[in-house]
Amino acid sequence: MLPDRLIRHGRVEPERWTFLGVAAEEPAPDTLPAGPIAVPLAVWKGRRADLLARREPLGVWLAPTDEPAELAPDLHHLSLIGVHFPKFADGRGYSTAVLLRTRYGWRGELRAFGDVGRDQLNELRRTGFDAFSLAPHRDPEAALASLAPFKLPYQGAVDDPQPLFRKRFATGAAR
Amino acid sequence: MYRYDAYDQALVDERVAQFRDQTRRYLAGELTEDEFRPLRLRNGLYIQRHAPMLRVAIPYGLLASRQLRTLAAIARDFDRGYGHFSTRQNLQYNWPKLESVPDILAKLATVEMHAIQTSGNCVRNITTDHFAGVAPDEIVDPRPFSEILRQWSTFHPEFNWLPRKFKIAVNAAENDRTALLFHDIGLQFVRNGAGEIGIRVVVGGGMGRTPLIGHVINEFVPWRHMLTYVEAILRVYNRYGRRDNLWKARIKILVKSLGPEAFAREVEAEWAAAQDSPSVITDEELARVSAHFVAPAYEKLPPVDGRYVQSLADSRAFKRWAERNVHAHRVAGYAAVTLSLKKTGVPPGDATAEQMERVADMADRFSFGELRVSHEQNLILADVRKRDLFAVWLAAKEAGFATPNVGLLTNIISCPGGDFCSLANAKSLPIAEAIQRRFDDLDYLHDIGELDLNISGCMNSCGHHHVGHIGILGVDKNGAEWYQVSIGGRQGNGAALGQVIGPSFAAADMPDVVSRLIETYLGERHDDELFVDTVHRLGIAPFKQRVYAGKELAHAA
Repeated sequence: MLPDRLIRHGRVEPERWTFLGVAAEEPAPDTLPAGPIAVPLAVWKGRRADLLARREPLGVWLAPTDEPAELAPDLHHLSLIGVHFPKFADGRGYSTAVLLRTRYGWRGELRAFGDVGRDQLNELRRTGFDAFSLAPHRDPEAALASLAPFKLPYQGAVDDPQPLFRKRFATGAAR
Repeated sequence: MYRYDAYDQALVDERVAQFRDQTRRYLAGELTEDEFRPLRLRNGLYIQRHAPMLRVAIPYGLLASRQLRTLAAIARDFDRGYGHFSTRQNLQYNWPKLESVPDILAKLATVEMHAIQTSGNCVRNITTDHFAGVAPDEIVDPRPFSEILRQWSTFHPEFNWLPRKFKIAVNAAENDRTALLFHDIGLQFVRNGAGEIGIRVVVGGGMGRTPLIGHVINEFVPWRHMLTYVEAILRVYNRYGRRDNLWKARIKILVKSLGPEAFAREVEAEWAAAQDSPSVITDEELARVSAHFVAPAYEKLPPVDGRYVQSLADSRAFKRWAERNVHAHRVAGYAAVTLSLKKTGVPPGDATAEQMERVADMADRFSFGELRVSHEQNLILADVRKRDLFAVWLAAKEAGFATPNVGLLTNIISCPGGDFCSLANAKSLPIAEAIQRRFDDLDYLHDIGELDLNISGCMNSCGHHHVGHIGILGVDKNGAEWYQVSIGGRQGNGAALGQVIGPSFAAADMPDVVSRLIETYLGERHDDELFVDTVHRLGIAPFKQRVYAGKELAHAA
């Protein structure tokens, strides 16, 4: 289970999704709960038919070691992709997000969850995440202030592929 | 040098505000120690043995005199009146207060400086040739490319939480003065047959516990693709570098385990998808940044200066200094000068606030108001008229910077060691000083000739002991400090790793050990043969034999 509130599209919203299989000791349920659910990649691969038969919003979430390429052919079935950060210092999820957005063309909700704090929000937002479930002890309202600490960053990223050096000339602001 | 525009300044100011807020939240108990640690490290702030240590970025080692004066003022106002220049061309303060750090950063920002990414598992300060722009063997000026890399790496969102720290060196001269082959990425600028500028890309070098020489993975990447190619390397590393073991997390371990060819294929596949990326560098951007590094207003001078020649003839001490500390310049009538921070009795790389101010004055008077920090922990005045060299020498002597030992045994590279650093196994500064005292006879020192002696207080190798002609490593044995000695290491184009000569020594034995190595060399050397060349010709056996002969060094264990 994730906390009951999250940041989505720059606002605090109530959680509508059930994330399955997040805790290592949590067994995969035999009967799937009602409502929108997000399952681990392995469950998606193993129970594809069951999951599609539900006709409810479906999400898949990726662990740091999961290959986003494995999900690429199935994107049209999904309403959400989650990327798990078991520890905030494990940065693999940032590259996962960049690949999903830029190489495989994922346009839907991209959710960061796990050990996520407000001081990671800028990097997460810039690499293509648009929804953030913070670690349970974190206050999402306070964290909004840390979404965009830098108005015009140097390098291009998912949120804005144009690096500053291309804008300096476009606006004529370079000396 | 590069001057900030409104965009650059805004980013640095925003970073100060961000870090001020993070520090406030930590002090208010809203961030735990574990949460705050990586945040402060991304701003170069360590908690050390005695106090926090703050590492200030000196991008690719380039400083203006007004910046150095500000560094001096900070040393005086927030520290104990001195700073330490590091092997990565940065400056470290050893005694700031944690709660003052936001104010120090705000002060740095007023002179276009910062401490961004001077630590943490992210892309660190880019380093380059300390003779950039003035070296006669330069292929292209590395500074604009280094600045473009600096900007690209600053707060890069995808690569802020890498498996481990990441160091990039840029060299653009025939001779390597950056220890390029010992970096996570080394970018060697070259020209191809058509005269186009490109980059030979070296990956996976490093020192530390597993010293490795880097591998070339691409012989010629067009300069426009510098960022896209580096991005491809970092993405492969970020995704596949090990995160389960701190000691196996550097990119060198990934390159070694995959093999350089397989690693290169991964990078090329990643890069193939980025050919049309907006990160491809434009002509306009290279021109914009290069305009900050145009040559200063050099005078038209004869290549030989009569007064300089006369002073060389008149003063033996001056001549000796000029032989070691004055370097060739591509413009006639000019020279580059090394101000030595390796005076015996002073920790290598340390400078007081007053010394920094004197150097700033010297830079204004003799070298267009700019200076550089070398990775050998010295300061460089890059554009001195030959006719001013005698005056520079006098001023340097007065400030304590005229030790004529560049390239010689007493020009020791050393980390701060166990006196300051909480990672160290052993002290390094007292060892450096004891060796400097042993070799204080200038005639003997000059007769020994070129010799790099490097000391690290632990396996992290901040003192680059692996590439010292003589390398000394502090090790811990049952709580006691011991020193392991290697010989034959070398940086530059013919880079090599030193070989350990045998069991380690007690601190008190170290001057004798070095003396015996030197005596062996003096007995065996051919004409004009450097110490390191003799080691490579003979191997370590005769050195080892002499050092361990008899039981005279009773402490060897």
